[in-house]
Amino acid sequence: MAHAQATFATRRPISAVARRKARRSVSARGRLPVLVLFLPAALILFTLFVILPMGEAAWYSLYRWNGYGQPTEFRALGNFQVLFNQAAFLTALKNNGLIILISIAVQIPLALWLATMLAYRIPGAVTFRLIFFLPYVLADVAAGLIWRFVYDGDYGLFAAAANMIGVPTPYVLADRHVAIYAILGVIVWKYFGFHMMLFIAGLQSMDRHVLEAAEIDGATGWQRFRYVTLPMLGSTVRLSIFFAIVGSLQLFDMIMPLTGGGPSNSTQTMVTFLYTYGVMRMQVGFGSAVGVVLFIICVTMAFGYKRIFMRND
Amino acid sequence: MTDASSGRRVGAGTRLYLYISLTVIAALVLLPLVTTALGGFKSLGDLRVNPFGLPNEWHVENYTDILFGQRYWRQMANSLIIALLTVFLTLVVSATAAFAFAHVRFFGSGALLNYFLIGLMFPAATAILPLFIRIRDLGLLDTYWGVVLPQVAFGLGMSILLFRNYFRSLPSELFDAAFVDGCGYIRFFWYISLPLARPMIATVAIISFVGSWNSYILPLIMLNTETRYPWPLGIMVYRGEFNTDWQLILAFITLTILPTIIAFFLAQKHIIAGLTAGAVKS
Repeated sequence: MAHAQATFATRRPISAVARRKARRSVSARGRLPVLVLFLPAALILFTLFVILPMGEAAWYSLYRWNGYGQPTEFRALGNFQVLFNQAAFLTALKNNGLIILISIAVQIPLALWLATMLAYRIPGAVTFRLIFFLPYVLADVAAGLIWRFVYDGDYGLFAAAANMIGVPTPYVLADRHVAIYAILGVIVWKYFGFHMMLFIAGLQSMDRHVLEAAEIDGATGWQRFRYVTLPMLGSTVRLSIFFAIVGSLQLFDMIMPLTGGGPSNSTQTMVTFLYTYGVMRMQVGFGSAVGVVLFIICVTMAFGYKRIFMRND
Repeated sequence: MTDASSGRRVGAGTRLYLYISLTVIAALVLLPLVTTALGGFKSLGDLRVNPFGLPNEWHVENYTDILFGQRYWRQMANSLIIALLTVFLTLVVSATAAFAFAHVRFFGSGALLNYFLIGLMFPAATAILPLFIRIRDLGLLDTYWGVVLPQVAFGLGMSILLFRNYFRSLPSELFDAAFVDGCGYIRFFWYISLPLARPMIATVAIISFVGSWNSYILPLIMLNTETRYPWPLGIMVYRGEFNTDWQLILAFITLTILPTIIAFFLAQKHIIAGLTAGAVKS
């Protein structure tokens, strides 16, 4: 094992040099045909269905338009003004923030805790990992519907459990103060397994001798976790938070079967808001303005987060 | 808990605590799924008084009626067609483009690659209205392609990146040898790069298949004929129709997630690796 690693380590620089040399030595013969054959399909698809629509969203967002004919009713930044004065949109923004917060405060610690238990060979570890990952592979729509049943006030598990202990039946999803927390529960249920897998991969690639050294030096379990494991998992934690942010900003599929953004807009996210007020009412200009705001937030998050927190990863 | 993380033998007390925690959480994870599957066998009255336990009477007809009907199979077929088209197109388009980025030196290749990586930064939802108008103007509304093409386009950033990094990690001696022997780029791609990239083909295929199979917002906006609905849309229609007949809805949910669960247990290693490593590597 050690021997194999050593040869691998000495091989690498050589192959890097060879590669550089190869790049230079390879002739240009046949370069044009391969470019003409291999690049245009991707370029056209990507431009037509990703870049142009995003540009058009910026363009349409300045108009009031129902999608037919040409956009002519110029409103300058009027759509954005309306948007930021709309209580439902502010709720959506707040909910997206709340989802990120819960992910960081609940989901990631839970995932980390389970990962420290399951990263190594204890009997049954593989089965537990599978079970915990299972919700992640299910579609958000299916998860949403299943939990709609769980939370149902007449037939659901929550209602039955409440009846058993003699508490009045809770209509969780119909209560505008509670519904968003019910949804947060579903999010944790569905996504903690994914984060757990990231942490398990991180733990398995960690040098275990450091932990053993700490143990010999008399570090307690918690100390070893706090001062050895956690710092070494730093890059995985930052990545995990990044995924939580990205996931929150896209959240739509799960909300629709659970609440559709209700009751009284209390569970809107940015995308459900875009759907309810832009798509359903065919307000292309207004909906595009929501899209533009979402785009700006996504790009700022992606760049800002990577620049600030993932610089060295 | 952390005793286990050092890989050392742990005491019986710690071990007990560990397994109790794990079992409780596993039960919480499985409870909604198991009660859903069991609920599909119950009568509505039974479900109301007894949502946790085994059915009083097993109403197998809840399931068989769905299985002998057309609706379920049609939705599965629609989802499958859309997913397979998406996977096929994604693989062809992204593997070829990635090969060009990995092995062919040309002016502006770095800038062009960055252009594709813009796609990693925002979800399709941001541009959903212009996307709808584009698909409508192309006459693709209410067709499979209206869902497939945007889906492929939004997946390109990640799949090109994954393939490109993989192609570049292959030993360059292969490249030297092949070119000395007079092999051209295209033959090199077809006979050497692609066969060696099989693990990455599997990863990209899994990512795009799962994404397409589960996707909801694009078909919701692009399709409006129920006979073309993939299952996530179909199940929402079904739920709307049967509103409070929860036993039927639960049976339908169970049957629609069953293929995913079976596939997951059959190919767990590949699926987990594909969905996590794929995300990390990009």
